[in-house]
Amino acid sequence: MTTALEPAIHGDRVSLLRVLGPAHVWALGVGIVLVGEFTGWNFSADKGGTLAALIVCWVVGLLYTSVAMIDSEVTSTVAAAGGQYAQAKHIVGPLMAFNVALFLVFAYTMLEVSDAILLGDTIVAKAGVDGLTHNSFIAATIVVLAWLNYRGVLMTLNVNFVITAIAYVSIVILFFSVSPWTQGAVLKLNELVTPGNALPYGWIGVIAAFQFGIWYYLGIEGTTQAAEEVRSPARSLPYGTMAGMITLLIAAAMTWYVCASLMPWEYLGITPYPLWDAGKLTGSPLLENLLFIATLLAAIASANGCINDAARAWFSLGRDRYLPSWFSAVHPKYRTPYRSILFLLPIALAFAFIADLNQAITFSILSGVLQYTFMSINIMMFRKKWPLGTIRRGYTHPFHPLPAIVLFCLCVVTFIAIFLGFGSQLIAMTVFYFLISLWFHFYRYRYVRRGDQFTMPWPKPQGY
Amino acid sequence: MSRYTPPEQSKAGQVFDIAVVVVAIFVALWLPLKLGFAGAAKSIDTLDAKTWEALGQNPTMASIWEKLGYTPETAHDVIQNRFHYVIDWPTLIIMAAVLIGYFVFLFRASDREYRDVINEKFDDK
Repeated sequence: MTTALEPAIHGDRVSLLRVLGPAHVWALGVGIVLVGEFTGWNFSADKGGTLAALIVCWVVGLLYTSVAMIDSEVTSTVAAAGGQYAQAKHIVGPLMAFNVALFLVFAYTMLEVSDAILLGDTIVAKAGVDGLTHNSFIAATIVVLAWLNYRGVLMTLNVNFVITAIAYVSIVILFFSVSPWTQGAVLKLNELVTPGNALPYGWIGVIAAFQFGIWYYLGIEGTTQAAEEVRSPARSLPYGTMAGMITLLIAAAMTWYVCASLMPWEYLGITPYPLWDAGKLTGSPLLENLLFIATLLAAIASANGCINDAARAWFSLGRDRYLPSWFSAVHPKYRTPYRSILFLLPIALAFAFIADLNQAITFSILSGVLQYTFMSINIMMFRKKWPLGTIRRGYTHPFHPLPAIVLFCLCVVTFIAIFLGFGSQLIAMTVFYFLISLWFHFYRYRYVRRGDQFTMPWPKPQGY
Repeated sequence: MSRYTPPEQSKAGQVFDIAVVVVAIFVALWLPLKLGFAGAAKSIDTLDAKTWEALGQNPTMASIWEKLGYTPETAHDVIQNRFHYVIDWPTLIIMAAVLIGYFVFLFRASDREYRDVINEKFDDK
């Protein structure tokens, strides 16, 4: 979520205000990701059992720690708007940048779709009225949030931070309300997770569970979207991103512990709203209502940020002429990338009506994992083209190349995880990126101004 | 190196390109959903005896299912709907080939374009 976009757009160029600190960076990351605790992560229990969901919570946490370390170094050095898109332009090349922007657009658009489905399903379940479907709620969510983004989102995103904090606090309240230090009274982990059902599919189930384990943290890399808006990128980005990761790791562990101690894995693996269900199962109407509201708030906050980020990435593609420059128009009154917002609106609606929650999440995860694979290779190229000492880095991550190798290996495992059960979607999405890349390289690239793609004041990269 | 001046794209050309992108998105992503190729590959292992014991649920689990509004009959399809993980090697190899081919093309073609960018950027100085 990029908060300072709105007042910073002048004409068709962007110059962003440096107003954000580490706390804002933290809020940017956690705000968009927290909905993952309210839905999605639990599908990893479906794929591998409750214990597999815990294992991937920690191992995928390692993947994202690598992402945060790598991202902090590159972004604090390539302090340009667009995050990974700008990194790819400067380090790998235009085609990669085009793909990275598409990864961002689809990861965020499908996350928005998932948020809207969650919100619709939650309201329908709460209403309990026969014949009521989620369609009208989904449409209203997507259209109203798109309209807010069209009109300008600075205030909305500030509110986002508050409602994200409420949603986070609700998890903490739930955790401490169920006496987590005592088993048997409310929590019954020992009776629900037994040696016979902890890993119902064995270790192959653990690998399969990686797919939805990604959902615990997907989007934390969005902190880099604010690179040009933070006062001190060298300090704020690493601190804010790593603090966000620690916060999410704590929330994920609390969420797993409470949910695994309150419901059987077969139900946990399919419910669209595990935390709300956990609130219900405590028997406390207060907790039930708190978690119901928190689920809605988390979904709204995330969807709103996703529309903002996806539209911004699409806008950047138009501005650099990677897509028709028609998309790069800025609204003369509201100063928002309104054509990009409007273009992505029907796409989000179409997928929200036809896709199930787990299918939409899978599309988002796939784009995310493709992006993380790029990041692991990108950091190696970055260090090779500009070795330490040749340019000023805001932050240098330790143990290189270990985080990059860990990240790459975990991405390979996650691709196999997606293959186990969702292979057709994986191939379809990769074929889409392949075809659209061919279209860009052999046709669209002719409209791109070559030298304008490199704007950093760096020396020529080594080997060129 | 002379500076490359890209052609101006006509409005009709822009509309055509937008249409190409939209069609690509829907053919590649929406069509698999519409044709039922996407989503979890699960199937129900039907049991004759629909009791909590037969479904592998202990008394604590059974009480929670009941709290959630399920009976053994209605919970049967939820509990017995399982993944059957079998690694289909030909499909796995195809998937790996598609992914590797995609990334190899991506980095090689990007590098070719990147050389244009670097040459123009640094030869101007």
